Amino acid sequence: MCLAIPGQILEVLDDSNRLAKVDVAGVHRNVNIGLLDDDDEGVGPGDWVLIHVGFAMSKVDEAEALETRRMLESMGEDYEQELEDLKASIIE
Amino acid sequence: MKYVDEFRDPALGEVLAGEILGLVEPGRHYKFMEVCGGHTHSIYKYGIDDLLPANVELVHGPGCPVCVIPMGRVDDGISLAHQPDVIFTCFGDMLRVPGSDGTLLDAKAEGADIRMVYSPLDALRIAKANPDRPVVFFAIGFETTAPSTALTLKRAKAEGVSNFFCMCNHVTIVPPLRALLDSPDLRLDGFIGPGHVSTVVGVRPFEFIPAEYGKPISVAGFEPLDVLHAIHMILTQLKEGRCEVENQYARVVPYDGNPRALQVMSEVFELRPHFEWRGMGFISQSGLKLSEAYADMDAEIQYGVPGIRVADPKACQCGEVLKGVIKPWECKVFGSGCTPERPIGTCMVSSEGACAAYYNYGRFAREREVV
Repeated sequence: MCLAIPGQILEVLDDSNRLAKVDVAGVHRNVNIGLLDDDDEGVGPGDWVLIHVGFAMSKVDEAEALETRRMLESMGEDYEQELEDLKASIIE
Repeated sequence: MKYVDEFRDPALGEVLAGEILGLVEPGRHYKFMEVCGGHTHSIYKYGIDDLLPANVELVHGPGCPVCVIPMGRVDDGISLAHQPDVIFTCFGDMLRVPGSDGTLLDAKAEGADIRMVYSPLDALRIAKANPDRPVVFFAIGFETTAPSTALTLKRAKAEGVSNFFCMCNHVTIVPPLRALLDSPDLRLDGFIGPGHVSTVVGVRPFEFIPAEYGKPISVAGFEPLDVLHAIHMILTQLKEGRCEVENQYARVVPYDGNPRALQVMSEVFELRPHFEWRGMGFISQSGLKLSEAYADMDAEIQYGVPGIRVADPKACQCGEVLKGVIKPWECKVFGSGCTPERPIGTCMVSSEGACAAYYNYGRFAREREVV
């Protein structure tokens, strides 16, 4: 639950509910991007974000996102469990 | 150390470890607390403590959301799950936390409709798909996850979803740190500050630690080098006689946190006068509940919960572990009566719990020899 998993925004699906489709290590799921609305630049397609419980919490650059993913992959089971939980998620 | 690429140079780990050795005064014992369970996990996964001089001791803090939930709250959750027609939703880790009479998983086996969710938004979707049944989301976590619950409740309210309720167990990070600093049990020399919580609250809330207690703190990221770097920063402060909040994780953590997340939290939640923490007792203004505007979605108000304070299991020393007073392997039941498969205490349930980290990475008993 407290693992922040990096994902890349593919498209904004629902502008009023601030839902976007993200790619997390090849898994495509919907997350909320509304908590980053106050960012000067905002977030949109192509941006990398760190995701907690279905919400993008931080915008990061690609290098940071890929390094975070590499570290998570080396954690093994806990990251795999988090990905499994994410796969079961259907945010509408 | 300004650039990420430079920072990730593998040789840097050795350089940092070497410099750390040069920063410590022989004969002085340093005790640093890593506040966040994510750091605890990283430290044992990557053996970061093995790179430290023997007189630098890391103690593990209360920053594990599952670990700090007291038994009475689990019982309250189970009582809600048994209410007629209720669909009870929570994160996976919570299912295995023992209440005084079994876990949520046991309640599920007895017929309660309990579903694991990844996100509060999944719980909201379940509510919308089952309009004739009350759906309760058992919310846990520090400021890292509280804004997500808040935004979900805001959306449910905006959409007029009347069968969605929240049992709020969200907690805040500063009050337990103050409680620890006020405790005579523990003398700390500095803090490795929590990275993800700080993306929301920023760095400013930790200024009281140097200002009022004279201890340095470095907010840190979760990679092994981040943690090592933060320890280096704290030791440098001590060596130079400085004492301040430093932000090792500035590449992700803004000084002022996330204003939007803080604003949503303040709209939806208010502070409870006090909240019970496992093993730490009641801490003033440390827990959140739904604000008056959201009272109709507050499961505790709408359903009532027993609210009985239940003493922690006698054999279990999660409280001492959460306060950093003992190491996990010093607990009487560690690895014998209490294992990740059959946990007695919360610190063995969550992968971020100190006991689970020690157990999973083979730290059954370990005193480091002073070189």
